[in-house]
Amino acid sequence: MKTTTFKVWQGNSDGGELKTYEVEVDQGYVVLDAIHRIQAEQANDLAVRWNCKAGKCGSCSAEVNGSPKLMCMTRIDELPADKPITVEPMRTFPVVKDLVTDVSWNYEVKASIKRFSPKTADHEDGSWDMDQYDVERPQEFRKCIECFLCQDVCHVLRDHQLHDRFAGPRHYVYVANMEMNPIDTGDRVAELREELGIGYCNITKCCTKVCPEGITITDNAIIPLKERVVDQSYDPLARLIKLVKGSGD
Amino acid sequence: MTQHQVLEYDVVVIGAGGAGLRAAIEAAAKGASVGLICKSLLGKAHTVMAEGGVAAALANVDDRDSWKVHFADTMRGGHYLNAWRMAELHAQEAPERVRELEGWGAIMDRTPDGLINQRNFGGHAYPRLAHVGDRTGLEMIRTLQDHGIHEGIDVHMEVTVSKLLMDGGRCAGALAYDRERGRFKAFKAKAVVMATGGIGRAFLVTSNSWEYTGDGHALAYHVGAELVDMEFVQFHPTGMVWPPSVRGILVTEGVRGEGGILKNSEGRRFMFEDIPPLYKESTADTPEEGWRYVVGDREARRPPELLTRDHVARKIVKEVQEGRGSPHGGAFLDIAWIKEHIKDSEDHIKKKLPSMYHQFKELAGIDITKEPMEVGPTTHYAMGGIRVDPDSQMSTTVPGLFAAGECAAGLHGANRLGGNSLSDLLVFGKRAGEYAAEFAAGNTPVHLQDEQIDLAVQEALSPLERDPGADVGPYRLQYELQHLMQDKAGIAREEGGLTEALNELQELKTRAQAMGAGGSREYNPGWHTTLDLQSLLTVAEAVVMASQARKESRGAHSRLDYLDKDPEWGTVNLVLKKGHDGEMELRREVIPEIPEELQKIIEEQG
Repeated sequence: MKTTTFKVWQGNSDGGELKTYEVEVDQGYVVLDAIHRIQAEQANDLAVRWNCKAGKCGSCSAEVNGSPKLMCMTRIDELPADKPITVEPMRTFPVVKDLVTDVSWNYEVKASIKRFSPKTADHEDGSWDMDQYDVERPQEFRKCIECFLCQDVCHVLRDHQLHDRFAGPRHYVYVANMEMNPIDTGDRVAELREELGIGYCNITKCCTKVCPEGITITDNAIIPLKERVVDQSYDPLARLIKLVKGSGD
Repeated sequence: MTQHQVLEYDVVVIGAGGAGLRAAIEAAAKGASVGLICKSLLGKAHTVMAEGGVAAALANVDDRDSWKVHFADTMRGGHYLNAWRMAELHAQEAPERVRELEGWGAIMDRTPDGLINQRNFGGHAYPRLAHVGDRTGLEMIRTLQDHGIHEGIDVHMEVTVSKLLMDGGRCAGALAYDRERGRFKAFKAKAVVMATGGIGRAFLVTSNSWEYTGDGHALAYHVGAELVDMEFVQFHPTGMVWPPSVRGILVTEGVRGEGGILKNSEGRRFMFEDIPPLYKESTADTPEEGWRYVVGDREARRPPELLTRDHVARKIVKEVQEGRGSPHGGAFLDIAWIKEHIKDSEDHIKKKLPSMYHQFKELAGIDITKEPMEVGPTTHYAMGGIRVDPDSQMSTTVPGLFAAGECAAGLHGANRLGGNSLSDLLVFGKRAGEYAAEFAAGNTPVHLQDEQIDLAVQEALSPLERDPGADVGPYRLQYELQHLMQDKAGIAREEGGLTEALNELQELKTRAQAMGAGGSREYNPGWHTTLDLQSLLTVAEAVVMASQARKESRGAHSRLDYLDKDPEWGTVNLVLKKGHDGEMELRREVIPEIPEELQKIIEEQG
């Protein structure tokens, strides 16, 4: 057991500051363990969100030494030992209290997106045939745990605060999962271009780098969606084909 | 009078895991106005952690499977204490509940024919668990969430219920507060569905998240609902044991379903010893036969690692106690060994068990494609819960109060089969939502009483008015409770320890009632913990009392002083109810006789 110094941001929407705590750190400790220890022993009302503590629920997102991380999957022995560990709330969303931010905007954006709509079932029992090969792409996107770290790191949201016209990487992954589902019949291309503002993304791949699930957000979700937008919006031949098929937007 | 907002719905669902979401979706589909209360953010509930799969006799992988086999497996796994009508409905309706998820956007792993794939799991005769790698729970909760948000349901996130409200003998809603500001909300509802999950946080080593404090069990109990089967707490055989910070985190049974084997420190596959008589005929004699089963040989029988969870957990404890455990007090779970049979085993393991690979790599520094894992039992699931009508899921004693999923009891009897909880929450979540909507439509509006609300608000606020420094603080008290339950009401129980536990619980109750919380009403987890403690102490008492009464070992309930099953106890459930003097009362209730046709199915399936 050794003692490590933590600087934890505490405050609310009116402001706050980094408070210093000395914490006894056990073998294998992750940052969330240390936060819990502070909570149990030194600051009972320290606000932090967490649920599973196993990297599956995406609740404990924060900025550890300035990097967007899940606190439950960030081992203390992998951080530099020679300086204090800082833990701050995600910067892209308004602070509620301490490490907890108001992420409700994400839920509003998702609810605004055209929902999944399946084709008629292939079998009488209501089931569909899908080939494993065809579902692997959308299955990658369905690994998303909605930790919103990709939203936190994206400069369109973080620096430019374009929350009103840009849905963010999480929601492109969400759209891609439906668009690439073999039984979905919805068409969200116009929505992507307009309300969801995919054009603002200039593929710096920051989102891919922070994704704790290892989803290749930019290459596998955003770029193919951008291509669809370009094809449907600007390719005269594709427009003609769509028109003839009767499914144009 | 206190300040609070009143929100009115036909149906209020408390809890937004799989059961709560499924209930809310169904109630809304039946035309009810629905309020859904989430303790955390939407989509973060404990269902997200379910890994291995959802059990349903789709018969996509083995056409010999049917609802009848699933029914018989569930009853055998529960040592015949199950509510047989629930087991029947569950087995019959699970396939349709699973298939409809794909119409809402779920994508399960496929068979070569393009159907939903199914995997082997403990106690299931055939490959039965529909799955997505080892993240099936995430797939389910996300599917229900993404479907539910378009169904006109009002979602109240980070809202905690502290009391159920009553109108005479009928459940009339709930008093809750929002975490962000600590403001009170009175939910007025013609029907309430309880879907709050389990009680794992009453124990020290658990796979359960902080939310699992038995809120639904306790809230319902305090307004007169019956609890049943509370002595049956499932200790999942394979939780992580090292390093200390991850102790208890679940290692999916899917590892064994994919061919993982258990070994002791001498390298012996100890599961081949002491096969229970109920399973003698259906268990492989040799490792070679076991492997053939894993890869789908219909003539082969199950490897012993796929026996039921109660048995596997006890066997691991025995190895450790007899000095043949792993270095940190568990057993070795080895999936890497399948390289003897599969050429590209590393890729295969990463594909089939991606989160297990990730979890061990990140948190324990172990590469499961190359080395064995160290595993040991972890508190996982409450078979016991609110006693309900098997068809409607309405409480047997409180009209207007429904329950579904883990906080309801009956389906699993003395031990739950893996995969049966995800199907449970779909089947009975739907039923609870449907019948709650019907109840709401067929009954008069309710009235809320201000005095009840005022009292509940005062109670909820009282910890903030008390001295936070007078005792050890809410977290340490919870820790003391967890220690007590782990030591004296855990995987091996005996009379003396249980008596001590009952006495110590009374003491903890007194201290919890005097517990103060520092800080303000705004997002204050310390305050929240003082409230959680009230629920935890109620369910802990129920577990201990029922464990003390059941003087035999059966399923998940093991008594060191009564090592064997006692046939006299084989037809009896233990029912707990709050007495008129406020004390917990326990009675035995004989299980209704099973209809002939169901008995016949059990006999035919051996």
